Amino acid sequence: MFAIETFNLTKEFDGTKAVNNLNVKISQGEIFGLLGPNGAGKTTLLSMLCTILKPSSGTAKVNGFDIIKQKNQVRKSIGIVFQDPSLDNRLTGMENLEMHAGLYGVPKSERKKRICEVLEIVTLADRANDIVKNYSGGMKRRLEIARGLIHYPKILFLDEPTLGLDPQTREHIWEYIKKLAEREKITIIVTTHYMEEADALCNRVAIMDYGEIKILDTPENLKNSLEGDMVTLEVDSSKEIESKIRGYDSVKKVHVSGNTVHINVKNGETFAPKILDFVEKNGVKVNSINIRKPSLGDVFLHYTGREIREESGNEKESMKRFARVRGI
Amino acid sequence: MSELEGVYRIWLRELIRYWRDKGRIVSSLVQPLLFLVIFGGGFGFVKIGNINYQSFLFPGIVAMSLITISIASGISVIWDREFGFLKEILVAPVSRISIFIGKALGGCTTALIQGIIVLSLSFLIGVSISIHSLLMAIPLMLIISLGIVSIGLIIASLIETFENFGIIMNFLVFPLIFLSGAFFPLAEAPQWLKIVSYADPVTYGVESLRQILIGVSFIPFSLSFTVISLFSVAAILIGGVTFNRQK
Repeated sequence: MFAIETFNLTKEFDGTKAVNNLNVKISQGEIFGLLGPNGAGKTTLLSMLCTILKPSSGTAKVNGFDIIKQKNQVRKSIGIVFQDPSLDNRLTGMENLEMHAGLYGVPKSERKKRICEVLEIVTLADRANDIVKNYSGGMKRRLEIARGLIHYPKILFLDEPTLGLDPQTREHIWEYIKKLAEREKITIIVTTHYMEEADALCNRVAIMDYGEIKILDTPENLKNSLEGDMVTLEVDSSKEIESKIRGYDSVKKVHVSGNTVHINVKNGETFAPKILDFVEKNGVKVNSINIRKPSLGDVFLHYTGREIREESGNEKESMKRFARVRGI
Repeated sequence: MSELEGVYRIWLRELIRYWRDKGRIVSSLVQPLLFLVIFGGGFGFVKIGNINYQSFLFPGIVAMSLITISIASGISVIWDREFGFLKEILVAPVSRISIFIGKALGGCTTALIQGIIVLSLSFLIGVSISIHSLLMAIPLMLIISLGIVSIGLIIASLIETFENFGIIMNFLVFPLIFLSGAFFPLAEAPQWLKIVSYADPVTYGVESLRQILIGVSFIPFSLSFTVISLFSVAAILIGGVTFNRQK
């Protein structure tokens, strides 16, 4: 049995397909990443799998339960950490966990033990009786992860688990997630628009854009699918040079955004001096050049023709991020 | 079983939040005190029938605090939605009806506590209320606040943001309270005002509460009690349906 299996899963909002005819199978015990920019359909997909949203057509099985016909069984067998904060800030960490255990029907005799367990996992045991309002952003996130685990879910959904957190906390949370997957043998579905996150965490990554999965593979294979090196040029003006580079030498793919030109070539070291020469001969000044192995970001660019940006959020989103960081 | 547990958890959360917010408890006592001591004191020369104005006003003030607390706790669902906690509850394997019941009971419990505190102020202003009428008042206060919390929950299900909160208070809650005869005797009111007041469900709550607490009322108790009970039942039913349908 697959942990998750979708069948032509589709969600339409006013004629736009947020999730379009999706068929994907996720094995048990996997850490599966959904990578895509804001609005790619990740959260919509997750919401359907968590039975918050009803699909427009198609369906999916989560832990073998149908997301439309067996909502309650699905809900009992999954844990969710939402993208936006969803703790009660006026309650203590302990009270938040107790409430969750009650709502999910965890037997009374088990509750204390499990709450201690999950607090241990996220190392919050000593702060359990503090009011959540006084927690830092990272602590809140960890508490949410702990909460998602109390009812022993077989699948844990993490929607942008480290959005708005500082790099250090982010790495901590990655550690927790990895340990968790190993120790508890649960399937973890992570959505993210951070490349490093997908790279660091996931066994397999699906790149999502406009409601569709463009490609699905291990991070390694994805990066290897872009052979050779990435050469990035900062130029004065990229307008006329783009088409010329496209046909030049061993160039495989070119992408221009603003005055930055990303070039995928077989051998970056020998290509760099040649392209410098070539571009300057065409009357364009090169300000900087960079050669590196392809990252997931390049893979994303390759398959979607778009750059993924960390700061692409609209006003509301940056407010939310602000709220999370400030702990409001 | 797990549904009951769900109701209990949601109820308990309301109580913990109420208890923890000491500032709100104190500040929500200030308004009734102002009305009773200053408003009531200032009109001390007025006699309604053979009772003084402060005594007459007292049941109205109790009803007023019940209503403001009840409507606020119903509307607090909007906060839960804004701050994301509603999602956590809605995605739990507990039915919407249980969530609604837990919220309604939680809101009405806090309103009741507040109402009892205001009732206990009676000794402060020299209104004497027997233990017997106190005990009678509690179920009635429960009925009133259950109805009003449901109205609050209906509003919360229908409106999206808190920006409309002031509008609701000014155009719904205050008119309901002012029209209810909490501050003036309906018997002496001009005909047009009487008609409007009869259309206000809160009137029947205030009237029945006044009958129980000080033994005076304009509308017969059997009628006022029947109307307020029917109103609450209707509000609960409509509230349950609207809450079930939201989002």
